[in-house]
Order: sequence, then C-alpha cells, then structure tokens
Amino acid sequence: MRFIVVAGTPSSGKTSVMYYTISHILKNNVKVAACKIDCLETSDDERYGKLGIPVAVGLSDYLCPDHFYVANLEEIETWAKNQNADILVLETAGLCHRCAPYVNDCLSICVIDNLIGIDTPKKVGPMLSTADIIVITKGEIVSHAEREVFRHKVEMINSKARILEINGLTGQGSLKLKNEIMKYKELDTISGKELKYSMPASICSYCAGETIVGSQYQMGNVKKVDFGRQK
Amino acid sequence: MLEKLTIIGGNDKEGNPENVKLFEIDAGMVFAIVGPTGSGKTQLISDIEQFIDDSETISGRSILINNHPASEFNFNKSLRYLIAEVSQNMNFVIDITVENFLLMHTKVREIENQKEIIDEALKITNELAGEPVYFSDNLTKLSGGQSRALMVADAAVISKAPILLIDEIENAGINRLKALEILKKQGKIILVITHDPTLLLMADKRIVMKNGGMNKLHITSTEEKELLKSLVNFEEKISNIRDYIRNGGIIKEKNFDI
Repeated sequence: MRFIVVAGTPSSGKTSVMYYTISHILKNNVKVAACKIDCLETSDDERYGKLGIPVAVGLSDYLCPDHFYVANLEEIETWAKNQNADILVLETAGLCHRCAPYVNDCLSICVIDNLIGIDTPKKVGPMLSTADIIVITKGEIVSHAEREVFRHKVEMINSKARILEINGLTGQGSLKLKNEIMKYKELDTISGKELKYSMPASICSYCAGETIVGSQYQMGNVKKVDFGRQK
Repeated sequence: MLEKLTIIGGNDKEGNPENVKLFEIDAGMVFAIVGPTGSGKTQLISDIEQFIDDSETISGRSILINNHPASEFNFNKSLRYLIAEVSQNMNFVIDITVENFLLMHTKVREIENQKEIIDEALKITNELAGEPVYFSDNLTKLSGGQSRALMVADAAVISKAPILLIDEIENAGINRLKALEILKKQGKIILVITHDPTLLLMADKRIVMKNGGMNKLHITSTEEKELLKSLVNFEEKISNIRDYIRNGGIIKEKNFDI
C-alpha cells in the first residue's frame, strides 16, 4: 500500500486538491482509502465520501492533533489495509506551523496557497521544507507575476520538492499529482518508520488541563519570551 | 526558445474524433478560442497548460513543443513558466509598491539590468492604462484597468513566459489592441479566450469549439479585418462618450455621432 500524508496551511484546499486527485486515480481501478485527522469537528469526510471510497475520521479533541496523529498511524494503516486499499491518503489538521507530520517512506504533500503572503513560506517551517511535493493553489485569482515570485520564495525554502500548481475549484493540474502518487513506492508497514521532523516537546500544566493564567499555575516544561531579542 | 506549439486533436465529449486533427501556432501569433459556454474552451487551455501526453488527457489530445512531445519537457525547469496568464479575475494581492514588486520579480527572474527593465515595464503599463501608474503606487490600490496593464507589461518584459493566455479582458481602462501589438513584437504565442467580437477579430486565427471538440479552424479574413477597423472605431467613440460623461460632460444636442 502506498502511504500518502497531506499537510498544509488552513483553508489552502487540501481536501479539494485530494478530491480531484483521487477521482483521477479511481479511473485506473486503484483502491483508495482516505482518513482525515482534525481537532474538534470536520466535514471533510463527507467530501471524500462522495467519491464512494472508505473514509475514516480521527478527532483529537483535547489532545494536540499532531501527537494524536502519530499515536494513531499504525491503527490507521491497519484500517486502510482492511479496506483492501492500494493507496491511503491521510490528511492532517494543518494548524500550527511548528510541526511536519511526515514519515519517512510515505509520500509527503504540502498544500499552500498564493494568498498567504509572500513572506509566509518562511514561517511555514518543516511542513514546507521537508515535503516531497508542494502543491500551490489559488493561482487563478492572483497575477501571474505574483505566482512566479511566490513560487520562487517556496523554492528557496525547499529546493528539492516537486512543485505543482493546482486549481482547487476545477481540479486543473491534479493529473500531475495523480502521476506522482502512482509512481511512488509501496510501504510494507509504517511501524518502525521515523518522523521526518520531531514533534513539539510538551507536558506543561496546561497540557494537563490547567485553565488559569499565571506563573503560580504553571508547572513542567515552561518557556518564557526573551524580550531582549533583537532583529 | 519556443517557436511552435502543435496541438494534435483527440475526441469530443461523446468520444467522436475532433474535426480539427492538428493545428500549429507560431511565435508572434494571436490565436483565439471561441465557442459557447461549456463547449470545451477551458479544457483545451487546460490541456495546453498541463502539456500532457495523449494517454492522460480526458480529450485524448497531445501537445508538441517545437515538434517534440511536450511531456519530454516536464521536468525541464526552464519551461516551468511556460504560460503566463492575464484574466479579468486576477488581482494583485501583495501589499507593496509597484517599484518594489517589479524589482522583486526581476530578481526572481534573474534579470541583470533591473532598473532599465522596470522602467520599460512602467512605460508599457502607461501606454496601455487609461490613468497614469507611478512607481510609488501601491499594487493593491491599482484600478482594474491599471492592474491588467501592469500584468501585460510584466508578461511582456519581465515574466518572459513564451505563451501568454488572455482570458476575457474587458475593454475599460486598457488598450487591448496596443497590448496585443506589444506582445506580438515580443515573439510570444498569444492565446485569447473571449466572447468579445473586437478581441476575437484581433486574432490571426481562431478555433471554434463545439461539444468539447475542436470543430473548425479559421484564418481571420480580409473582410473580418475590415470589420475589426469599424469595431475599433466604434469602441473609441464609446470610450470618448464615457470619458466625456465621467469628466462632468452633459449630452445636450447630437454632439456625439455613433
């Protein structure tokens, strides 16, 4: 089974891009299963459901969605194998820019859009810099000149990744993503594979459910702002 | 350098072979794509944009660049900016001055004589736009016409994409005929999608789409070129009336002859 991990900034069109890509894959009679990890709520499963493929949803609830995601990778893999899937598309929540949910030997796709601003690629961090494929969306509404500049900024952060421009509204460009997925190697098992980038350290009192503001309520792994920081 | 684009026909929506089996577009040529909504204009453009081989397009078309299958060029970095696009739906979204943006773009394209090139871009912009654009203007504050003019100027001298796609630009605030002339001189292949007869007849050739297929290929005739002159004339008159009214003019007698 090919294991595909999709991450990206909020509202960049992750689900739309994968919807069109999967619909191309299905024409080859290849079985696809999709799983969406989110925090409190999602309707993305309905979208995937329209493709007539098996869909699972994992809501992290009170946990960090990325920690929750890693802790469930084996279970998600087992579920997809039970569905006889040839390809598993695992879409992550896409929230903070600290993490990259990518695992070695899984195809890592990062979806970002042209509207996030020219300096934002720098801030997206490992989610962008360690991706195998970067999909840029919303090109149809910004000037071509800006698209070129934006793409260049992305290349400066990650020069190795293949960059694809896809229109999330029409699916234009998604055939190329399909081809990349079909070319990708199969994975025996996710067990024992290594994350491309470590998850954030955690376990302060707020992780444990504390809700009151103030130093006296803080315990464990606490870091304070360094106000002496100069640009 | 891109000299020729060849499109080899596939099938229409019903799977019947397209009437037009093959057509070629040379550099410096304006090519229009026409047809009712849903006739397959966007799919044709999409095929060209993705320049994929015949096993992959829904339409079964294939695209050759300088007589080579376009798929051979897939990983060639120099061809990744093959098509630039100017459309009515596109906007500048970066909050930055015209000058700084043009400088940024020339840097990305590794252009050496930056100052010269951005001066040229501004000059072209002002030849095309109805109202003057200055270096100090903010990109996001430009009017629709000014933005379109700047996009065309940028495509002409900075972007250097060999194919330019023009998707239905309105006449207001930009001199389209002049824009096409400037782009032709740059040796670009210009694809125009439009329902507007003036813009249509400005093309050297047009392909008529029907039911998802390329139905007819037509070379703009001398009669049509004559009609174009009248249409341009007519549009100029409308534009004069517009300017007159915008500047506070009041129509009293028959001071405008249409």
